[in-house]
Amino acid sequence: MVIKTEPFVVNFGPAHPSTHGVFRMRMTLDGEVIVDMEPVFGYLHRGIEKLAEERTYTGCIPLTDRLDYTASMTNNFAYVLAVEKLAHVPVPARAEYLRVIMAELQRIASHLIAVGTFLNDCGAFMTPVLYMLREREKILDLFEMACGQRLTYNYMRVGGLSQDIPDEFVPALKKFVQVMPGWIDEYDQLLKENEILLARTKGVGILPKELAINISASGPVLRASGVKWDIRRADPYSIYERFDFDIPTGAVGDCYDRYRVRIEEMRQSVRILKQALKGLPRGKVRSDVPHLFRPPVGEAYGHIEAPRGELGFYLVSDGSIAPYRFHVRASTLINLTALRDMMVGWKVADAIITFGSIDICMAEVDR
Amino acid sequence: MTVPISGKEIARQIEKKFPQGIIESSPQALVVDGKSLLEIAAYLKNTRGLDFDYLAAITAVDYLDYFEVIYQLTSLKHNHSLVVKTRCYGRESPSLPSVVGLWRGADFQEREIYDLFGIIFEGHPNLRRIVLWDGFEGHPLRKDYLRW
Repeated sequence: MVIKTEPFVVNFGPAHPSTHGVFRMRMTLDGEVIVDMEPVFGYLHRGIEKLAEERTYTGCIPLTDRLDYTASMTNNFAYVLAVEKLAHVPVPARAEYLRVIMAELQRIASHLIAVGTFLNDCGAFMTPVLYMLREREKILDLFEMACGQRLTYNYMRVGGLSQDIPDEFVPALKKFVQVMPGWIDEYDQLLKENEILLARTKGVGILPKELAINISASGPVLRASGVKWDIRRADPYSIYERFDFDIPTGAVGDCYDRYRVRIEEMRQSVRILKQALKGLPRGKVRSDVPHLFRPPVGEAYGHIEAPRGELGFYLVSDGSIAPYRFHVRASTLINLTALRDMMVGWKVADAIITFGSIDICMAEVDR
Repeated sequence: MTVPISGKEIARQIEKKFPQGIIESSPQALVVDGKSLLEIAAYLKNTRGLDFDYLAAITAVDYLDYFEVIYQLTSLKHNHSLVVKTRCYGRESPSLPSVVGLWRGADFQEREIYDLFGIIFEGHPNLRRIVLWDGFEGHPLRKDYLRW
């Protein structure tokens, strides 16, 4: 017999260790079961789109660092691609390779955080996340070598990169791509068949394929639902058509699939890194673009496959030194649209796991 | 490679069906009338061969004379894309029909445009401010918004 109880409202967040930032879920509960959920956000809204309208095109690059701060390199990448499209700027081959290397390193670093904190939410408290932070540290060391920063890199420039990598970078990266697959195997040994993890994530928070497309989900969330759509393959930007890699997809779109897709993507990123290292040419890393420049009047939409999904920048130029309009297509904001559908009918304890499996960064959701 | 479909080509294809609907077309974009937006969007989504099943992004731009709303449509099936634009006039209560019924991915994005530009999307199930708080006055991404 099911006992009916009076529905009541619980505010989950905004400050809660499992909300990964300041995010509030207004949940209506019937006993333990979620009958309705409304996401509330905006606590971290800084008006980046408005701020960018008063900065030069180069001056906007540090702003993009502050969108999704666990994936600053890919934010830089998407933005400079959009500006290059707008202003028709060529990029030297060495810079293209280094951009791909940085983007794939960033994907691994971001997925490590995503998977680590997700496992934290699942109850594997702190051990997996500390293992993964250990590996992420190596990537941050590489970034620090290249640009001196560990979080907000500000490394890419319109027409290339701010500076070339130092001599010790390539040997360190070679060592990293050698050991990283072994580390991923280590996580798999610990977790892939773990009974508790399977019980808590298999079949939980299912996002069906049709719904995933309809709500414009992207990145691992879309692919876990069985849609083989990766912008690196579907609409190759930079030099991605030169690399050989697979697109991992899930079968049912539950939390476990999203977790698996991220793990497999890390392996594929290592594959790309190995190929990019082999092909890395010599030469300059920046074409001659002044810091202040005026793109022709027009508009451009540049998008890339960021770790969390499709990250796009829509820029409108009125011929001046600053963008007339600067819009960020934030993948995590749009992925959140599915949250209610994934949660209703499940219990409160599953809500945290479902939310963690989407992998959001509030700084990007709110901008 | 995602093939960008020319706005002119689509305009040729649909001008008989929606004679009033098309304002202008260029290789980059198709500009449609706000009143016909929903019909044309439904046609683009449901016609075989076009199948624009994925709404990649929506955004708005304030040109002071009018607001332009830009829809980046993609078809995951055929891997092609199209940019559809529409315009709305007036500073008091500019309005457009909501496309949430066709692509639910528009939900938060339309709310954000309403929040920051003040464009009202008619038919949106929950059109409230999303990043700013309910009592906030004005719409900050408008070009005539004064900060303080």
